[in-house]
Order: sequence, then structure tokens, then C-alpha cells
Amino acid sequence: MMEFPFALLVGLFFAAAVYLMLSKFLVRVLLGVVLLGNGVNLLIFTNGRILREVPPIIPDGHDVPTMLTANPLPQALILTAIVISFSFFAFLLVLVYRAYQDLGTDNGNEMRAAEPENDPLPPTGY
Amino acid sequence: MAASTADLSAAFLMTPVATADWLVVLPPAWCILAGAVLLMLRKSLHLQAWLAVPALAILVVLDGLLLSHVLANGPVTMVMGRWLPPFGIAFTADLTGVLFALAGAVVALAGAVYAIADIDGSGRRYGFYPFLLLLMAGVSGAFLTGDIFNLYVWFEVLLIASFGLITLGSEPRQIDGAIKYAFLNLIATTLFLATTGYLYGIFGTLNMADIALKAAAGRDSLPLMTLATLYLLAFGMKAAAFPVNFWLPASYHTPRIVVAALFAGLLTKVGIYALLRTLIMLFPVEREELSFVIALAGAATMIVGALGALGQSDVRRVLGYVVISGIGIMLAGLSLGSPGGVGGAIFYALHSMVVMTALYMAAGLMGRLAGSFDLNRLGGLYGRSALFSGLSLVLFFAASGLPPFSGFWPKVMVAKAALDIGAWWLVAAVFLTGFLVTIALGRVFALAYWRPAPEALPATAIPASLLLPLAALTALTVVFGLFPDALLSTIQAAAQGLSDPSAYIGSVFPGGT
Amino acid sequence: MNTLIFRTVAPFLTALMVLFSLFVLLRGHNEPGGGFIGGLIAVSALAIFGIANGILAVRRALWFHPMAISAFGLFIACLAGLMSIFFAVPFMTGLWITPVILGVEIPLSSVMLFDTGVYLVVVGSITSIALALEAGDDA
Repeated sequence: MMEFPFALLVGLFFAAAVYLMLSKFLVRVLLGVVLLGNGVNLLIFTNGRILREVPPIIPDGHDVPTMLTANPLPQALILTAIVISFSFFAFLLVLVYRAYQDLGTDNGNEMRAAEPENDPLPPTGY
Repeated sequence: MAASTADLSAAFLMTPVATADWLVVLPPAWCILAGAVLLMLRKSLHLQAWLAVPALAILVVLDGLLLSHVLANGPVTMVMGRWLPPFGIAFTADLTGVLFALAGAVVALAGAVYAIADIDGSGRRYGFYPFLLLLMAGVSGAFLTGDIFNLYVWFEVLLIASFGLITLGSEPRQIDGAIKYAFLNLIATTLFLATTGYLYGIFGTLNMADIALKAAAGRDSLPLMTLATLYLLAFGMKAAAFPVNFWLPASYHTPRIVVAALFAGLLTKVGIYALLRTLIMLFPVEREELSFVIALAGAATMIVGALGALGQSDVRRVLGYVVISGIGIMLAGLSLGSPGGVGGAIFYALHSMVVMTALYMAAGLMGRLAGSFDLNRLGGLYGRSALFSGLSLVLFFAASGLPPFSGFWPKVMVAKAALDIGAWWLVAAVFLTGFLVTIALGRVFALAYWRPAPEALPATAIPASLLLPLAALTALTVVFGLFPDALLSTIQAAAQGLSDPSAYIGSVFPGGT
Repeated sequence: MNTLIFRTVAPFLTALMVLFSLFVLLRGHNEPGGGFIGGLIAVSALAIFGIANGILAVRRALWFHPMAISAFGLFIACLAGLMSIFFAVPFMTGLWITPVILGVEIPLSSVMLFDTGVYLVVVGSITSIALALEAGDDA
């Protein structure tokens, strides 16, 4: 029953991620997104069942594994997800840094460059 | 590997593959190849457009050939690396996927032609065309893949390409829009990934045909409702459905106009496609349970979009809300689940791809002719170019769903399907939306085109490369509005194929299971 | 990081790490390793070089633009998959040849070509992001 503590841990990751993402500061939101990605990776890992088998490596001179091996697919999925979330993290880091340089703030509430606060209404008459 | 002794026929495909089956993987593979070449030639600015436009024309041809192949032979499958399904990653093209892929390729080709005059040297140096081709790789891959984890990978490919496109230019307002777009879309795809993790834990497979089989077999004992609801939330967020639509009006008016046009045409429709694929094909019974929720969300999305369009003074933001109101109609069709409703949703999605792209292109021309996107300052466009005004008026009518243009038929299909089950309130919402969007766009026409120009405009000619794609897309909406019969029957067949995926499953498992 | 020791050692360390990354790339077919992890090792090597000698030195040393390297990797990885169209097997099927060069049998495969493509994609894209972040500090 190794799944139960892992499930709790996934829940903890999600809770921390949601808490961070509710912040108005972009750096914290970014960290929340990273935590969320890691929580999801752990979730996939747990969903692939946790078994005490040997790694799925075929020994020399054989074409098929000689004994029962662990499921390699969740690890392949997680590796893909890690690569993707890593590249997104790098991109968002650059983006947040640029936003801080250009807009002078990392507070989401003060970022009104695209949606100005006193946007005029459209004309009501012809 | 030649010295293999084990019997591999249990895991590997031993028969040779017909060359025609390669059409399934060629659209995304071709886009990646062409995008890579363009990225290597990033410094040759004059070459970029001359390579990208033919490359996208070839993509349209490939998708067209695939469509004729699927029309003649039914769904086509190819599994990567010779593995037998469900072990390998399968690409399966059915009618729905191919129709979306073809419409997407046409829209991208129009966008590439429009970009010749719209994207300047610095935008090209930054890599507009390579990003466009990578975006198309993601879009075509998402429409043609038959593996749900692979769908996630293509979502991420198109997302990273769209990040590159939305920050093109790096003005402060673009960075502001990009931040909101990037964070909210990334959260949505992460939610999609989490759901896929659960799905893998429940079924032990990621192949969509296999999932459909196992879901049908074990419906009573598996927690499928959880999966369906989570997918609805994740893809609803990608499709900008109410109440998770806020990233769209915050970001779609900031990038270059051709980028906004491509996003409006392509991105939200990928979300709608994924909703159709998961909720109609994989979890139809769960969709039935959720149908009231989806219908409410659809009606709210329509009305919120239409009211938002009425309240904006920037033309581009008006259009952003019109995109949202269209998503509502697709959701309404999806919630009904009957062939008419699903067919209406597919038809409206195809219509919206073409018309929303064309509308953003028209907005770009408005800005170019009048020097502003603000309804308080626009005016006198009819005097500048009667042809452009005529094209715009057709597009406004098409987006509002007035006959005889292509927006009319899907609305009729959805409304009829809703009346069949007595959901009169949904019909009322569809017609109220049509009414409100007509007012919003009619006001744009009255103010920007008919009203005399408030100030003397500098004389600017419209380059043919801007007018041509706009006219071509407008012609498409007119043709499919006047002669919808062929498209309607194809779409009916596509909707049938989603509701009853036995042909799809048969193409993945030719020998039965 | 302007110490004399670091600046003297950095080029050798970089060369050693790039060599090691190629070793990891090539052993990756049957043992732990491969294009992605090899590429990351190469990027760390370039990052060390960049910290010691500046971004311009890295750009000069790479000769090609990082994005062009990444694009070339994408190109050959996709090509490796498309080669199987000539053998009537599905996309991305592994194809093997074993030419004998100087009396040694060398197994070559489209899988290795694909992995080399992945290596180049990782080197190119992560290097360009790392350089962008390092350049941001100076601005």
C-alpha cells in the first residue's frame, strides 16, 4: 500500500501549488505552476502502480526481459512531461523577467498595459 | 537486431505499409521539416515568405489528399515504429480530424500570405514564419493523433509556438497580454496532463480507440465521471468557455494582427476538437449526465461573449468577444450530443476558423487605413474602399449567423437539435446571441465604415497581398453558405463517426480485438 | 566569476564535458544515457564557458546561432523518422545498417540519427535560453 502516502503527497503538492498561484506576484505564481507540474508528475508515477520489480532493462544476449520488470511507460510519460514543463519554466522565467523590466512590476494587479483601467466606452450615437 | 530469435509478430506489424497511409503522419512531419529549414534560414529575411507560403500550400494539398483518402476508405491509422496498437503511438485520421486539419491549413495559408505585408523585417528576424509552421505542426498533430498522451504533446508544441508568436515585437502591452495567456493556458494543459494520468491509472492504455473499447466494457465499475468532468474543465479552459474564458479578451488584442487572426482561427478550436473527441467519442454516457452543465456553460459563454462585444471600443477586443460567443454555440451543440447537435458544433467550428481569421484580417486593414482601432476615432472607410467595405459586411453578417452565409446553417442545426429535446431556453440563447452580435458588428460597420471620417485620413493603398487572403476566406464563407449540401453531408458523416466510433476502432485494430 | 583559476580551467572543463556528453549520447542506445541527457551535459559545459568568458565567447565558439543548431537537430530527427517511407514500414521504425569500416563492424541506425537530433535540439534551445538569461543580467 505505497499508493496512499503518495496520494497524500500529490494532494499536498496541489494544495501548495494552488496557494502559490493565488498570489498576485508573478514569481510566486510561476513557482506554483512548477510545483503543480511536479505534483502531476508524481500523480502519473503513482497511477502507474508502485511495484518492487527490477528496472525494465533487457540483459545482454536476450531479446525479451528474463523476469517480471517494472512498468516503464509512466517513466517515459513523466520524462516527456518533465522536458516540456522544464522548457515552459525557462520560457516563463524569461517572460516574467522581461515583464518586470518593461512594466516595472511583478504584481499582476498592476499590469494594466493591455487592458487600461479607464477604457472609454464605444460611442452611443452615430 | 538481425540476429533476433524471439517471435516478434505479437508486438510488431509484419505486413508492409501502403504508401497512402503515410498521409496520416505527413501533415505534422512536413510542418516540422519546413519549420526547421525556415529556422535555419532565419537570417535570409527575403526567403522566409517565399518558402513558407509554398510549404503551407503543400500542407493544404496533403490535408486535401488525406480527406479524399478518408472519404473513400474510412479512418486511416498508422502506428509509430511498427508497434502494434495499443502499444505504439497511433495516428488515426477520421473525418472530423481531417476536416479540422484541412480548415486549419487553409487558414494558416491565408495568414502566411497576409503576413507578407503585415510582418515587418524585425518580426521575420524574430522568427514569425518558423513559429507559424511549428504552430501548424502542433495543430495538425493534435487533429490527427489517436493517442491521448500524444494529444498532450501536440498541445504543448502548439502552445510553445504560440508563446513565440504572441511575444513577437515585445512591446509592453504584448508582454502583459502574453503573461496572462501563457500562465492560464499552461495551467489548463497541466490539468489536461493530470487527467490523462488518472486515465492511464484507470485504463492502463492511452490509445483512444482502446480507451473507447474499455470504457464501453467497464462503464459500471470505473470512475469515468471524474475523467469526463476534468476533461471538460481542462479543454473548456483551452476553448475559452465561460467561466474560464478570461485569458482570451486579455490577450487576443495585443499581438500583431495576423497573429491574433491565426490564434482566433486555430487555438480555441483545438480545445473544441479535444472536447468533441473526449466527450462524444470516449465518454458519451458521462457527457449525457453532464449535458445540462455544458448547455448552461454554453449559453453563458454565448451571452457573455455577445455582451462583451457590445461593451468594447477597440475593434480587436470586440472580435475577441465574438470568438467567445461562437465557442458558446459550439458548446451548446456539444451538450446536445445528437448527430444534429454535434454536426452543428463541427460545422460552426469550421465556419468560425475561417470567419474569425478573416475578421481579424479585416480589423488589421481598418487599422492600416484609418490609423486606429478605436471605434471613437474610426470612420470613413466606405469612402476609402467600397470593395473592402463589402467584404467586411459579408464577414459581419456571417459572424452574426445571418443567411445566406456559412454561419447560418450550423446555428439552424444546433437550434433544431435543441428544439427536438425541448430545450427552448437554449434556442432562445442562440437567437439572442445572434441578435446581440448583429448589433455589435452592425455598430462597427456604421461607425467605422459609414460615418464620415472625423479627421482627414492620409491616403494609403491596400496592398494586394492583404486583400487577397481576406477575399479568399470571404469567398469560402459565401460558397459554403450558398451551397452547403456537400459539406453538410460530410459533416453529418463525421458526427456519425464520432458518436459511433466502430469504424475508428476498426481502423486501429484491423483484426478485431 | 572573474578569478584567474576559473578562467584558466574553464576551457578544459568545457572540452571535457562536451566530450563526455558525446559519450553519454552514443552509449544511450542500450544503456542509460541518450540525446536529452547528453544535450543537457553539453549545455552545462557551455554555461560554464559562458560564466567564465562571457556570452560573446560562447557565441563565437558555437559558430552557428543556437536556434539554427536546434533547428538542424529537429530537421535530422524528423528525417530519421521519414526514412522508413522507403522500406514500407511505419513512421519512426528503427532501420539498421552495419557497414564494416577498417575491419570493425559499426552498427548505424536511424534511431541514433534521431537521438543525435534530440541532442542538437536540446543543446540549441537550452543554450539560447541560458544565453538570454545571462545577457539579461548585464542589461
